[in-house]
Amino acid sequence: MNSNKNTITQGADWTVVWLYAILVTLGIVCIFMVEYRPVSGSDWWQTFIPGKTNYSKQFYFALLCTLIATFILLADSKLFTAFANLLYAFGIVLMLATFVIGKNVNGSKSWIPIAGGFNLQPAELCKIFTALALAKFLSRQQTDFTKFRSQLIGAVIALSPAILSVLQNETGLALVYLSFFIVMYREGLPPILLIIGFSFGVLVVATLLVEPNKLAIALTAIAALTIYFLKRQIKRQKRLLTLIVFAWVVCVGVQRFAVPYIFNHVFQCYQSTRIYSMVGKDYDCSLNHHNSKISLKPSKKPDDYNVRQSMIAIGSGRLTGSGFMKGTQTRGRYVPEQHTDFIFTSIGEAFGFAGCIAFLGVYLFLLFRIIRIAERQRSTFSRVYAYSVASIMFFHIAVNVCMTIGLFPIIGIPLPLISYGGSSLLTFTILIFIMIRLDADRQMVLR
Amino acid sequence: MPVSNQSRSTFIKIIFASVFIIIALQLVNLQVFSSKYKRAAESNAIFRKIVYPDRGIIFDRKSRSLLQNTIMFDLMVTPSESKGTDTLALCNLLGIDTIEYRKRMHDVIIKNTSVRPSVFEALLSPELYARLNENMYKFPGFLINDRSARSYPYNTAAQVLGYISEVDTAFLRRHKEEGYEMGDYAGQNGLERTYEKVLMGQRGIKMYIRDNKSRIQGAYENGMFDTAAIAGRNLYTSMDVEVQQLAEKLLQNKIGSAVAINPKTGGIIAMVSSPGYNPNVLTGSARKKNFARMNVDTAGPMYNRAIKGMYPPGSTFKPLGGLIALDEGVITPKYGYPCFGVYNACGDGKPKCLHSGNGHADNLRLALANSCNSYFSNVFRMAIDNPKYKNAEQGYIKWKEYMNSFGFGVKLDVDLPSENKGSIPAVAGYNKDFGGAGRWNSCSIHTLGIGQDRMTATPLQMANVMCIIANKGYYYTPHFVDSIENELTEDSVYLGKYRRKHEVLHISDTAFEAVHDGMHDVTIYGTAAGIKVPGTDFCAKTGTAQNPHGKEHSIFVCFAPKNDPKIAVAVVVENAGYGATWAGPIAAFMMEKYLNDTIAKDRLEEVERISKADLIPAAIKQWYASKDSARLAKIPAINNTEFENNIEAPKVTFDPETESHKKAPEKNDTGKQKAALINPEEKKTRKGQR
Repeated sequence: MNSNKNTITQGADWTVVWLYAILVTLGIVCIFMVEYRPVSGSDWWQTFIPGKTNYSKQFYFALLCTLIATFILLADSKLFTAFANLLYAFGIVLMLATFVIGKNVNGSKSWIPIAGGFNLQPAELCKIFTALALAKFLSRQQTDFTKFRSQLIGAVIALSPAILSVLQNETGLALVYLSFFIVMYREGLPPILLIIGFSFGVLVVATLLVEPNKLAIALTAIAALTIYFLKRQIKRQKRLLTLIVFAWVVCVGVQRFAVPYIFNHVFQCYQSTRIYSMVGKDYDCSLNHHNSKISLKPSKKPDDYNVRQSMIAIGSGRLTGSGFMKGTQTRGRYVPEQHTDFIFTSIGEAFGFAGCIAFLGVYLFLLFRIIRIAERQRSTFSRVYAYSVASIMFFHIAVNVCMTIGLFPIIGIPLPLISYGGSSLLTFTILIFIMIRLDADRQMVLR
Repeated sequence: MPVSNQSRSTFIKIIFASVFIIIALQLVNLQVFSSKYKRAAESNAIFRKIVYPDRGIIFDRKSRSLLQNTIMFDLMVTPSESKGTDTLALCNLLGIDTIEYRKRMHDVIIKNTSVRPSVFEALLSPELYARLNENMYKFPGFLINDRSARSYPYNTAAQVLGYISEVDTAFLRRHKEEGYEMGDYAGQNGLERTYEKVLMGQRGIKMYIRDNKSRIQGAYENGMFDTAAIAGRNLYTSMDVEVQQLAEKLLQNKIGSAVAINPKTGGIIAMVSSPGYNPNVLTGSARKKNFARMNVDTAGPMYNRAIKGMYPPGSTFKPLGGLIALDEGVITPKYGYPCFGVYNACGDGKPKCLHSGNGHADNLRLALANSCNSYFSNVFRMAIDNPKYKNAEQGYIKWKEYMNSFGFGVKLDVDLPSENKGSIPAVAGYNKDFGGAGRWNSCSIHTLGIGQDRMTATPLQMANVMCIIANKGYYYTPHFVDSIENELTEDSVYLGKYRRKHEVLHISDTAFEAVHDGMHDVTIYGTAAGIKVPGTDFCAKTGTAQNPHGKEHSIFVCFAPKNDPKIAVAVVVENAGYGATWAGPIAAFMMEKYLNDTIAKDRLEEVERISKADLIPAAIKQWYASKDSARLAKIPAINNTEFENNIEAPKVTFDPETESHKKAPEKNDTGKQKAALINPEEKKTRKGQR
């Protein structure tokens, strides 16, 4: 027993453990704030016991997670490197299995029912497996990540579960896998890819905002100006001109054909509507390819009820918030899905701007701490894995918070460790504690 | 391990930090700089419930309440919760069909969303309330809401008290800063309107928190921002319910008006306009129907003739004519005029005089008692042609000044809305009529001297003149409200104008005494010799006013007792003939009731006779008849439906409104042929002219 305890504590990064504990507790408090309604004749703590309310369920999930975390800390870190590929394969199989035995929840067939009324979402767990597999691949002796072939394999490992997620109608979860590009960037992916990706994003938003012909003219003007200013270099290097013309053709192509195609053929009607509503426009669902039924009535108003209520709740908190359990919007249940995806609104309303900044500060501190841990690793496997953890969490936090404050379209992804949900809490617990375990053994791997 | 990539760690940190900074900036925008989200949150979640205070009560001079507050019930519905309602049963109870049910539901949802309670059926009758209450369990989403309403235990003084009704958008626009909201009730006429601010009290506001389905969750901030409702304050008036009721009874089946004032204070004792209506008909569930019906009624039951009806005063003007002449010094009380039945001095043989015996106008006293037209025409001309003034025009201007001082041709400023000022023609009018200044003289307008020509006055003005004469030269502005409960400074300022004595022209007491004597003689041997008030000497003047609408108006003005006047009365009965025949007895009974507190037993029969006498002009009866026959043709089943009313009122002793309505069709069955010749349109123009 004594020796066991030593094994757990030895080398473990207690800062991260404490931050983890603080966030999980805060999560339960937030869900409590959203769900709890005083019942005469019983104290507030009594409602935790029966496990009927969401906050008490989350409490029990947290207990379970503590148990699992302990097991992980007790496990041998070699286990994770050894089983990385196998687990990845298992995850892919599970995701494929959802197509057969999956349960339809809210229009997406991504859940596998397991005993006791609980459902498992393989796409969630697959994040861990992908992180491990990517780490395994990049840490191989023979992998040279400067080569295009290795980069391609890395991308395939990261994006395979994402593609399966899209097929399951879980676009939000699929997007999370894009965060692995941050990891790959750290490991040597050329920055031009990130720049291209970012430019593509800007172009898409511009396509939504600006009328197509005007945008085409603007792009042509930019190309012309670039050629004009770079004419000396172009004289020296003819290839540059070809490159600029190619970029111009691609941009106009994306703007004229690719974006409309994606919105009308790839995305579902509601997804297109949400993205359009974020930039303040209405999307005409009759253009949507998926919209097989010809509905004669056009969509009445932009699908922005959720985000409007969410912004109202956060905005009503003002500087210091309305106080714990005093938020009128939270008490009145104005924000839909407030205990899961919109949990940030309860913090925003109850604790105001000051509370939000403090809360985001805790997150940022955790992320920086993880990057610090990553950078002190001597094995590539541990470093890549830690970066994966940081990237996944960052992506979740950024997208979730941005969507509650109207900076990003509504995508159903949870706020790590805070949002209600067993799968999500379990995934992040495992992600973080494997990292702590690996970090604890950082000296050992070299030895 | 490629060491070069380690610098990318810093770049990743920068990306993380910059995204967090963008988030923080948006949070600053949302939470610190824009207050619209706070307001949106409040309008989302805070429900302001208005707590209505009890309206003030209006009491008569003996502290009997002319009106009271009672509770009425509205059937409310929250459409989103009404699934599973036994629609058919509800429709049967309410007496509507399912189409109507769906229509109302539709309207309610459009007006007030489907999640908030709205009025489905307003002002339930007591039986309906009882039946609904038993069956409410069948109607989820429906509830019964109580609301304060008025009831009138004496069924009297409807036009004086006015009514309250839901405010409309025009009202809200006029009273923007006063905190009224859609659905509020406010006084719309009569005292209810004049004293709205006093009677209304102060509304309280309770703030509740509601959820996304508009369900109340509890008090907002433990009621910290709630304000308590302050009850409306009571009004204490000078009215006397019994005199009022008696006057209404006497005037039923007639068109006319009566006003009684206490000359010592200016307090109005009774004010009747006939036809009237039972004030309770405007409170119950049939309010709208009754209102619409009365609104088009050609006899104008909601029209207060006492302050709006403009009648030529006729001979009742003569005491004033005498007073002016005495004060101007053109005559003395001993002045006499030889009248042989017609006034010939102007050469037109007008006016005729009712007495032809020589000597009936040998002095002012006799002339008043006998109401000599020639005498007063002449006296009027003497006043106009007074050598003191350059010409007839100047004389007339002086005369008009006298009239305005007596309250004719000006608004008296009684505490009721929309008072008329009557008419004393302006010089300009005559200049126009006769083709220019100086082209008319005293002869052109001498019928003013007997209260005709274009002189008109409201019954209230006539009664007020009686007060001035009774008081020998002063009056208080006629008013109803003597005092307000817990009177504030601003109330005292308002009521101050009713507590200020107006001295008129400082006419000598001897002049007044001469007129008093003449008016007393009217009741001894003059035109009103047959009219008595047991145990009291009183002064009076009859009037039989010619008018362009038909038979003469019967007018009577008087005050009593002669030596210590306590009541001044003016009565007008339209198109009823001699002043002493109808108006006189009505005024006498009012004085008797007020002074003796009761009517002598042997005179009760006379009260009944007068109250039963039907003097409604044929044209109006014809209007009712055509209206009723049209109604009968449409809905034969409810041919005898009268005003519906759901208030458990004290037993109605009499009700001039319904009585006259009942009478009209019966009597007209025989008289229809003749009456049909008179065009109902003519009646309408009459009303307009008045």
